[in-house]
Amino acid sequence: MDRPRIRLDKKLVDYARELAKEITDQVQEMINQHSTVSVERAVLRLFGVDGVTDDQIPLVNVVVDKIKEWEMLQDGVAKPIVNAMIVLDKNVQEVAEAVVDGLDLRSLPRVSDDKLNLKMQELSRQSLEKIEKISQYRESLLKELGDPPQPYKYLIVATGNIYEDVVQARAAVKQGADIIAVIRSTAQSLLDYVPYGATTEGYGGTYATQENFRIMRQALDDMARKVGRYIRQVNYASGLCMPEIAALAALEGLDILLNDAMYGILFRDINMIRTFTDQYISRLLCAFSGITINTGEDNYLTTADAIEKAHTVTASQLINEQFAIKAGMKPRLMGLGHAFEINPDIEDGLLYEISHAMLARELFANYPIKYMPPTKFMTGNIFKGYAMETLYNLVSIMTGQSIQLLGILTEAIHTPYLHDRYLALVNANYVFNNARHLRQEIAFKENGFIEKRANQVLKEAVNLLEHTRDVGLLKAIEEGQFADISRQRNGGKGLEGVFRKSENYINPIQDELEKRLGVRR
Amino acid sequence: MMTDLKNVRPYGDQLGDGAVQLSFTLPIEYGPLARETAKRFCEALGFQDITIATMEDLGENFTFFVIYGKTAVSVDASSIKVVAPKFRKMTREQLDELVQREFNRKIVVVGATIGTDAHTVGLDSILNMKGFHGDYGLERYHAFKVYNMGAQVSPVELIKKVREVDADVILVSQVVTQRNVHIKQLTELMDLLYAEGLREDLLVIVGGPRITHELALELGYDAGFGAGTVPSDVANFIVQELLKKYSH
Repeated sequence: MDRPRIRLDKKLVDYARELAKEITDQVQEMINQHSTVSVERAVLRLFGVDGVTDDQIPLVNVVVDKIKEWEMLQDGVAKPIVNAMIVLDKNVQEVAEAVVDGLDLRSLPRVSDDKLNLKMQELSRQSLEKIEKISQYRESLLKELGDPPQPYKYLIVATGNIYEDVVQARAAVKQGADIIAVIRSTAQSLLDYVPYGATTEGYGGTYATQENFRIMRQALDDMARKVGRYIRQVNYASGLCMPEIAALAALEGLDILLNDAMYGILFRDINMIRTFTDQYISRLLCAFSGITINTGEDNYLTTADAIEKAHTVTASQLINEQFAIKAGMKPRLMGLGHAFEINPDIEDGLLYEISHAMLARELFANYPIKYMPPTKFMTGNIFKGYAMETLYNLVSIMTGQSIQLLGILTEAIHTPYLHDRYLALVNANYVFNNARHLRQEIAFKENGFIEKRANQVLKEAVNLLEHTRDVGLLKAIEEGQFADISRQRNGGKGLEGVFRKSENYINPIQDELEKRLGVRR
Repeated sequence: MMTDLKNVRPYGDQLGDGAVQLSFTLPIEYGPLARETAKRFCEALGFQDITIATMEDLGENFTFFVIYGKTAVSVDASSIKVVAPKFRKMTREQLDELVQREFNRKIVVVGATIGTDAHTVGLDSILNMKGFHGDYGLERYHAFKVYNMGAQVSPVELIKKVREVDADVILVSQVVTQRNVHIKQLTELMDLLYAEGLREDLLVIVGGPRITHELALELGYDAGFGAGTVPSDVANFIVQELLKKYSH
């Protein structure tokens, strides 16, 4: 056994999963009836539409907005566009440009459904084959360079300038980082479009664009070859453009996407139906491309108490798991999240942390779970903060966590300085090496504090899931059951971008993905 | 031990020794040149007896230093006037009673983190029932009706809310910022409050680790609360300041 165990009430575990499944079944029915502007824009991107207008508006936005204005969107964007491709004998980019230049798709004759379907399928297959090649290349590179030992050391860069991010990322890799995440510019999750090109200005982070993805990918692969270990690249899907970000990440070979089924609703006030629909399509893409998702349960503990509300993390993990299964994801791609956020003044806080970490590890035994560092109780006393990071790293190595987002001692003050990141790695390298095999020597006391606490949290999670099943997830969110934040189903940002599918709706990319992933609905 | 306020220096282990610890990174390749540059840099800052405790290679031609030095520079603390929000510390019960007696209604507080800042940690610790450091948040007081709008609220949304609930107090929080974007956002909000003719009727307070009272006053706010502020500080200031305001 390469990690310690705790005994969880097996019946309760199965029951919790069954509840989460019922909860998400209800929501999935609603998802299946809807699509969103971002889903449709993702289809266009995957067909090959690229570029922006002179005003920096992505072509995919212009086209989808036009089709919506023509009241043709309820059938999906694919049909009118592919029809135009056939009628005008143009490729998809040329059609998109023509629409921008004023072509009215309503004026075109309609080709037969057979012809249309054949062409749509062809385009979808081409697109997925391209993605398949990219993900195969990632896998071969991982095999060639070697996978670093877990927990993977995950570092964030956030200069606002992609070229400066590259310098910092290279330094971090040299110092021992295994995963590099480029934090997005703070308001990007609320933009209803994906910015374009290489960017050098951002606040608190760097815009997620296809070109920025490509630049960082290139840099990390170069570094990976230099240091002789595979380096993973992370970005963030949550927000108004989940499907599009997933599409771009798939096209540029990213390894991990932050992708939570409820984060946007709770923490960004994005409309529920929008987020649930978007997360499904984006997870189909992740499942197919071999992109690991990371969920955002750590955020619950920044607004609510980490002991009182520990069960909300577990409940959310189980819900995220079931949503991911529906999108054809395998456990090896489910990086469910949790965090080390207990008030450091609490006596035996470390026992609680170990217990919560073991609960996540035990419930999701072979999943690449993601452990998040203290943030809420980090202070300007960076020396104490650094001591907290040490305990956090120790809990991670002894309980066998998978992805370790390294804590930064200046967390409470500013975005990381170059040496803040270095010190985080010095700490993690020291603790992980010094306690490398500690977990093989540990057996937790039967029915001791840690085991009892884990089962208690599980029980509380089951209570919350039961209630959520009874009232429905949407209602539970309205009640503020998650993160103490209440959101209304008809409120939130991006609602105007949600539409009900007509009977004739077609999304050929989705169809092809569902077919290949074996989740055909 | 008597500190000479006219002549104050940092304290290491002897009064007046001027001992300071510094850490920083130079964009120079790890090596003798980096070491000498760091030393000269510290000398230029006014330090003597410089000890380079460690220098470490960050890669990509960066070198990290931890340095101890001593300074002969001193400051006349006796001549300094400090600005801080002024209030007398009263208990929660006292404040609740005072507000009941003097206002006979709840004081309406709208809180938000404005602009691009996504962090609500500071705002929540002041407003949430639970509070911070064993000091209950404003929601726990009978004296206040609190609307916590959370993060990434635009000044326009904030002002809409202020009108909607007829607020007495605005509490804005700015936690993590880059390139002084928080100054821009705070200025924007204040300009808008004036433009909308709301400024005079409101108590407008800003908080956050990089906020000082002085900065807040400069930006036209009524008070600024920095690191280490507990909710009862803010509660006391609000009640006492409003009393002053209404007695005029």
